[in-house]
Amino acid sequence: MSETGQILEVKKIIGEIKRAGIRFIVALPDRTTSHHLLKTIMKDPDFRVVQVCKEDEGISICSGLYATGHRALLLIQYTGLLDSINSLRGVAVEGKNPVCLMVGLLGKEPGVAPTQSKRYGLRIIEPILDAMGVEHHLIEYSEDTEKLVPAVDEAYRRSEPVVLLIGKEPK
Amino acid sequence: MMKRDECFKVLARHRTNQIVVAVYKAAQEWIHISPSDFNYTFTGAMGQGSSHALGLALGCPDRKVIVLDGDGSLLMNLGSLVTIGHAAPKNLIHCVGENGTYETNGAVPIPGAGRISFTGLAREAGYVKTYEFDNLQDWERSVEHVISEDGPVMVDLKIVPGQEYPEDFRRLYSTQVRDAFRAALQI
Repeated sequence: MSETGQILEVKKIIGEIKRAGIRFIVALPDRTTSHHLLKTIMKDPDFRVVQVCKEDEGISICSGLYATGHRALLLIQYTGLLDSINSLRGVAVEGKNPVCLMVGLLGKEPGVAPTQSKRYGLRIIEPILDAMGVEHHLIEYSEDTEKLVPAVDEAYRRSEPVVLLIGKEPK
Repeated sequence: MMKRDECFKVLARHRTNQIVVAVYKAAQEWIHISPSDFNYTFTGAMGQGSSHALGLALGCPDRKVIVLDGDGSLLMNLGSLVTIGHAAPKNLIHCVGENGTYETNGAVPIPGAGRISFTGLAREAGYVKTYEFDNLQDWERSVEHVISEDGPVMVDLKIVPGQEYPEDFRRLYSTQVRDAFRAALQI
């Protein structure tokens, strides 16, 4: 892998979010993504950022936005995903709402698959999503950002949620 | 105290083109009292009504959004008051039917029943106007003005159960009805 391939670039993520037609970012700060990605998004006039107090609010806000014809992205930490399982179940999966989540995997070891992490909380994320039938993709290097637009388009086409797992801190 | 369905009938008489988000008992009654493609009942999980309403209000800023929340439901998502206060949508009217119980779940009292102030919580969270109504005459006299105010507005409706309406959870969470809602908004 090239040296630039080791990096997860903020500008590439933001470019792909925009290319996916997303203008609403619903967010609760996640240590993996807040410093470079969220703060950059908050300064970008192309985005409207809605800050939430708890992550499950965001699943419903994104659903309300979908009902009015807008695409949105919920930017949270994996602990917040775990805390929002019932809303993900009832609002997004059973309610067939194309909620797109970008979830930071705080503490994931570089180059190690989430299911092989030493951290219990990280190891269980993908199996939980699999059990719920929720599509998910790992974004760890800049070239992985190419997954974003097709994943979001497919979520809206099928009216189903999708989770984009952020494997390292974007810079 | 107002009977809930009578309270809703007052609101229905003054409804024009507003989106109405309704949860649980309120939803079961509202879809009969004020049938409309602009009724949004697809909230999917307890406590989430106010958050759906915020998404709708932000996505549809030229149309008023009224949410008919429950007190037990709102307690499950109190942070949404701060989220809504911060986002400050002018087109959001947040009504809470305060009956002091988890009515759908066996009418067990909510914690803090009769002691907590939903208008106080909303005011401190950044809602720009708050109202409380405990009788139909005052509600009838004020409703048109209240729903025309710039929001976010909190309206605490002191209610008791009224007439029984048939429950239809399948209708409340129907994705076909949700698609009809989107179509009505011409999306």
